[in-house]
Amino acid sequence: MSSQLFEYEFDEEALGFGKPEPQVTLAKPTGLTRLFQGITLLGSILLLAQIAGSAFTGTWIGFLIGPGLLTLGSALYFWSSMKDRPPGINHDGIRYNGWLARGGGGYLLALLLTGLYVLIYWFPQYLGHSAEGNPTGLVRVVQAPALLLTGGPAGRWFLYGVLYSFVMLAMGVRMWMKYRHNRYEKLRTLSVLFFQFVFAWTLPNLLVKWGQPYMELNGVWPLKQDYLWPTKVSELWNGDASLGPVMIVWAGLIALVGTPVLTYFYGKRWYCSWVCGCGGLAETLGDPWRQLSDKSERALKIEHITIYSVLGIVLLVTGVLWVDHLAGGIFPENFGGALKHYYGFAIGSVFSGVVGVGFYPILGSRVWCRFGCPQAAILGILQRFFSRFRITTNGGQCISCGNCSTYCEMGIDVRAYAQKGENIVRASCVGCGVCAAACPRGVLKLENGSTHLERL
Amino acid sequence: MDIVIIGNGITGITAALRLRQKQPDWNIAVISGESTFHYSRPALMYIFMGHETYQETKPYPDSFWAEQRIELLRDWVTGIDTEAASIELKNSGTRRYDKLLIATGSKPNMFGWPGQELAGVQGFYGLQDLALLYENVKTTRDAVIVGGGLIGLELGEMLHSVGVHVTFLIREANYWSNVLPLEESKMVVRALERGGFKAIYSTSLQEIVDDGNGRCCAVLTDKGERIETQFVGLTAGVSPRIELFEETPIETGRGVLVDSSLRTNVHNVFAAGDCAEHKRPGQPRNLLEQVWYTGKYQGEVAADVMAGEEHSYQPGIWHNSAKFLELEYQTYGRVNMGDSGTSDLYWEHPDGERSIRIVHKGGRVVGFNLMGIRFRHKVCEAWLKDERKLEDVLNDLHAAAFDPEFFPDYVAALKAQSIRAYVK
Repeated sequence: MSSQLFEYEFDEEALGFGKPEPQVTLAKPTGLTRLFQGITLLGSILLLAQIAGSAFTGTWIGFLIGPGLLTLGSALYFWSSMKDRPPGINHDGIRYNGWLARGGGGYLLALLLTGLYVLIYWFPQYLGHSAEGNPTGLVRVVQAPALLLTGGPAGRWFLYGVLYSFVMLAMGVRMWMKYRHNRYEKLRTLSVLFFQFVFAWTLPNLLVKWGQPYMELNGVWPLKQDYLWPTKVSELWNGDASLGPVMIVWAGLIALVGTPVLTYFYGKRWYCSWVCGCGGLAETLGDPWRQLSDKSERALKIEHITIYSVLGIVLLVTGVLWVDHLAGGIFPENFGGALKHYYGFAIGSVFSGVVGVGFYPILGSRVWCRFGCPQAAILGILQRFFSRFRITTNGGQCISCGNCSTYCEMGIDVRAYAQKGENIVRASCVGCGVCAAACPRGVLKLENGSTHLERL
Repeated sequence: MDIVIIGNGITGITAALRLRQKQPDWNIAVISGESTFHYSRPALMYIFMGHETYQETKPYPDSFWAEQRIELLRDWVTGIDTEAASIELKNSGTRRYDKLLIATGSKPNMFGWPGQELAGVQGFYGLQDLALLYENVKTTRDAVIVGGGLIGLELGEMLHSVGVHVTFLIREANYWSNVLPLEESKMVVRALERGGFKAIYSTSLQEIVDDGNGRCCAVLTDKGERIETQFVGLTAGVSPRIELFEETPIETGRGVLVDSSLRTNVHNVFAAGDCAEHKRPGQPRNLLEQVWYTGKYQGEVAADVMAGEEHSYQPGIWHNSAKFLELEYQTYGRVNMGDSGTSDLYWEHPDGERSIRIVHKGGRVVGFNLMGIRFRHKVCEAWLKDERKLEDVLNDLHAAAFDPEFFPDYVAALKAQSIRAYVK
């Protein structure tokens, strides 16, 4: 026993521990896993070849052997690399893996993701987007499904929908495998994939094909800020589209009736981690970085300022637009248009897209949902004051280990409640359930109580 | 009033925080040589496995202690002068106290095995052991872990997670069979096999072999077997860390002896947690409690008594929990404690990975044991306190269920089985 060696000169804060380095050769991936890695690589090469330009670009064959193989290969890779482990959350090595713990790999990925968003929003021509409807490059790769679904040529937004949905599919398989011991998580995985593929991707595009206005049916004002703005409402209400009035009723019902009622019974999770597209991407693509959310009190203060500011701004903008619409002439000409433009740029593009998703590998998976989303703010206020939902803690069983806080994507210090045996009632909690799944002592449970009054 | 607490583990810290609530004006100092800030000892394994950083194992932000006006002193206590009411510190001289709380915790048991002092041999209890493990693992491919308890399994799981081949030497015929009933113990045995661990049962350590350079290279068992290894983990339980008090007037036995108010024999000196041995007049044995929860409760009681209140430590309804690899375990009340006249209602899932055991005596429920299933602590505790009838507990059993939403209804399965048994 030589632990005395360390007793007097020891700085645990500076030491940082890190990755153990035993004299072992790690098990090689199985043949199956290698096969799926190969398929993924092949799909990537075929995709790049098509971006450069090939006879297949824009055909169904090209779509299937490029993006198709890439998605299939990576989904099967996640399945095969996890299937032989006993079911149960496995967080081994995450905190010393540079790709997942803000190392060089993490910054590289953040750069690529933000770059992609910058291209889509402001430089779509470099992706092959063409205003004349004759796409090239990457946009042309998704031409075949665009013709089928929308009846028209592919554009940058169709490309974005394909990327979003197929990334969610591959990473959804990863989510399913990682949490396959837990039915709550499995159902949630199916739910976010369903709402993305059907409500957010297929149906909106088909609507366009059928001569109806584009609308993501799981999108809710004020996250989809324009769904209750006068331009959209008038377009839907007075336009030629037969389904327009139905859609405006749908948007109004879900925002003004569905939101408070469902949140009262189930908490904001019914939307944020079961239905929402942003939430769905965070839970699938963002899951490997959920532990990077900032748990400090400073971050909490910033959260309170920013999220309620965005809510205030969107309410103000919506109000001004309606006043301008109903009593025209009060504001200068184009004032409304400029408001919409700047809100769309600063909040819609920069905050929710470039920072919200692009910074997953740096700031964690729910930056937008936590610091920005006005819909989450409204749901959060309802959840905090008028909902049956809370996380209960199991008596005196907490060992303060911190797995719950570490893996909370919303940056809630769950342990601070659990170690005191207090219920967790927080506006920001999206009810992902991972704290309860990661707890090694079974301390936490997401529950809908019988009333909203006796939660604390 | 100057309060000094030796040890910043869960007991010392719980006491410090509670004392601060009760006595806003007292000076409270917590001394530790192990770490500057309180961290969660059960989370040590998660640092090594890469689940958490060291910083994430700290239950309170660093700024919290100044806000609470609790002084944290990083030093080792080297002596105690009870006459002068002062302690001696390695680096910062002597320090006077009005009231002293001893919360020094435990140390790994070393049973005088030949070779236990060799390099590559260690116990696993604190941060220093973790740092030593990082050193030892650099030359490790195979590891032998001696002892079939919770810490041994944690150490095994840690090493296994980074690719080390782990062999357990377990004295009993099944895993942790002095605590777990046979079926549950076998369940853990199966989980170990499934996880790729090797475990040798009914076997004890005889000797650790020197490689000629003062480092271990193999172990010899009482069955005459020799197992090559570069690392030996000694995890055959823990005992109170009391060397510091042996030459002082503070009375010690296996631990620091305390009465039910956690007072030692010396005025204004208290002890709580793992290091305390509770005198129990009229009972055959004094009580040592060395789990997280009892450490926390004892810290609360010690704080109350030091603050001037009357509070006597009453071990409540026993509870404990753990996780064996993927297998969660909870226990409430009296299970497998050698009571006579008890019967068990036991249900096990066909997959062999979850079970519910209800122990009853004379038609009254006395204990619950859960594997892979979560029960609600408060509900179980209330039933056990009331000595609720078995049939009433079975009728209300859903009130105890604590599994996540959408999980299969295992409680219903247990009820169906018990009804079938009753009809037979």
